[in-house]
Amino acid sequence: MKNCDYQQIDPKVVPTYASPSHIGTRGPRRVRRKWEVFPGKNRFYCGGRIMMAQQSGVLPLTLGLILVTTGLFFIFDCPFLVKHLSSCVPVIGAVLFVFVFITLLQTSFSDPGILPRATLEEAANVERQIDSSGNSSYRPPPRTKEVLINQQMVKLKYCFTCKMFRPPRTSHCSLCDNCVERFDHHCPWVGNCVGKRNYRFFYTFIVSLSFLTSFIFGCVSTHLAMSTTQQKHSFSYPHASFLWFRVMFELVICFFSVWSILGLSGFHTYLVASNMTTNEDIKGSWSGKSGDVATNPFSHRNVFVNCCSVLCAPLPPSLIDRRGILPVEEESAQMCHADIQLPANKNQRNMVGAPAHHPLCLKPHSKLKAELAAAASACLSVVKVWLSG
Amino acid sequence: MSEFHNLQELRRSASLANKVFIQRDYSEGTACRFQTKFPSELESRIERTLFEDTVKTLNTFYAEAEKIGGQSYLEGCLACATAYLIFLCMETRYEKVLKKIAKYIQEQNEKIYAPRGLLITDPIERGMRVIEVSIYEDRGSSGSSSGSSSVSVSTAR
Repeated sequence: MKNCDYQQIDPKVVPTYASPSHIGTRGPRRVRRKWEVFPGKNRFYCGGRIMMAQQSGVLPLTLGLILVTTGLFFIFDCPFLVKHLSSCVPVIGAVLFVFVFITLLQTSFSDPGILPRATLEEAANVERQIDSSGNSSYRPPPRTKEVLINQQMVKLKYCFTCKMFRPPRTSHCSLCDNCVERFDHHCPWVGNCVGKRNYRFFYTFIVSLSFLTSFIFGCVSTHLAMSTTQQKHSFSYPHASFLWFRVMFELVICFFSVWSILGLSGFHTYLVASNMTTNEDIKGSWSGKSGDVATNPFSHRNVFVNCCSVLCAPLPPSLIDRRGILPVEEESAQMCHADIQLPANKNQRNMVGAPAHHPLCLKPHSKLKAELAAAASACLSVVKVWLSG
Repeated sequence: MSEFHNLQELRRSASLANKVFIQRDYSEGTACRFQTKFPSELESRIERTLFEDTVKTLNTFYAEAEKIGGQSYLEGCLACATAYLIFLCMETRYEKVLKKIAKYIQEQNEKIYAPRGLLITDPIERGMRVIEVSIYEDRGSSGSSSGSSSVSVSTAR
């Protein structure tokens, strides 16, 4: 994503990444990337280019339902409808299906807007500011901060996992263990969080899926109606039962999908028009509790502007820099941070995914830990020599 | 006050004394903006106007990146029509501006901050949450007090 030529200078850091004489007799080390030490519960594939939640949820079911229903539609309904209705039917179906499939994959595989955790110095700075706010009671100081946003007071909460005050509209997803900007919800159907960066993909997915299911429902009903009237007197038993089974399957899937997906699309259209997230709507953040007239401070008070700002704003960059190369001193810091801060079972999830059968780009956890330990000790010895020299 | 001529000299003869964090300014919403309040730790190191100019210029860059106008509507509609596949092929406007920001920060570091023993970290490397300003002391004159401040930061946890 970014090609920042400037490297932060820290004189205590060894400037080279791979130095065989320091590491030992292993030879030049493989370059490590930041996704390999990502602290959240995410899985990465294709060298960090694709990311998903720890549990894929019902994404395989979602994909299966869409593929099977659309497949049946193309195989059985399209030939009949092309002959008796119009040749546009498969074209429209194909366009909708492509939209649905691509936007589903984009929603599932992209970074939803994860905020990287605070560095040690940043976290210490925040702690100092909290402690210096003059709390001398036995209870821990309140970890909230009030800020004025568009003339309205908004409370920012402190995230104990990420060690920072969460920006407005950010929420911590407990399933993924990440703070996500403009957090909407964690969707098990797509197997990922929906946040600032992938909300537009999610919205396009549900809108095009509602069109697709309505279209297939309409086409299947039309096929059924037309074939019943045409072949009233010539139904043969094996064909009839297969036809009815297939038609019932498609109709049932589409009927339930139409109502639920249409409902969801309608709900999200309302959210987009009022520039709100599902999270805020559920919590009633702007519903005006205790008699106060609390309005949404992020709304532009204009439906068109709200829609454009949510769906047509420039796509923000991914802040976690998955493919960035990990500097040597950060590897040891990450490892120490993980060992000190996190419980033992979390370290297993620190990497890309413990089960060995996950595809692509995985590394046995114990081997990686050993490599990191060797790198850390070598690094520290070099730094000591340099500082004393 | 420590004086260094360039980044190379800073690297060779300086040690990290402290870090100052410029926080985000949310008074106008969630758009990326940093507070222009001058931190007291930098009072002896750099002129207020220079620092404020840097932060204001960065804020202008971020406002340009996130601007919602005719061009962004067009890009959004085009992207939607192609099922957002153009994001895989094209560099987005935000990414172009981020490159400009990286260049600007490097230039500022070389011309203004490094000669005063300071270094600015690009906010993108800190999740766009803070502008991190590192304060360096001359290694020969730092002594034990300032050199240990960064150690005490990490051991206080």
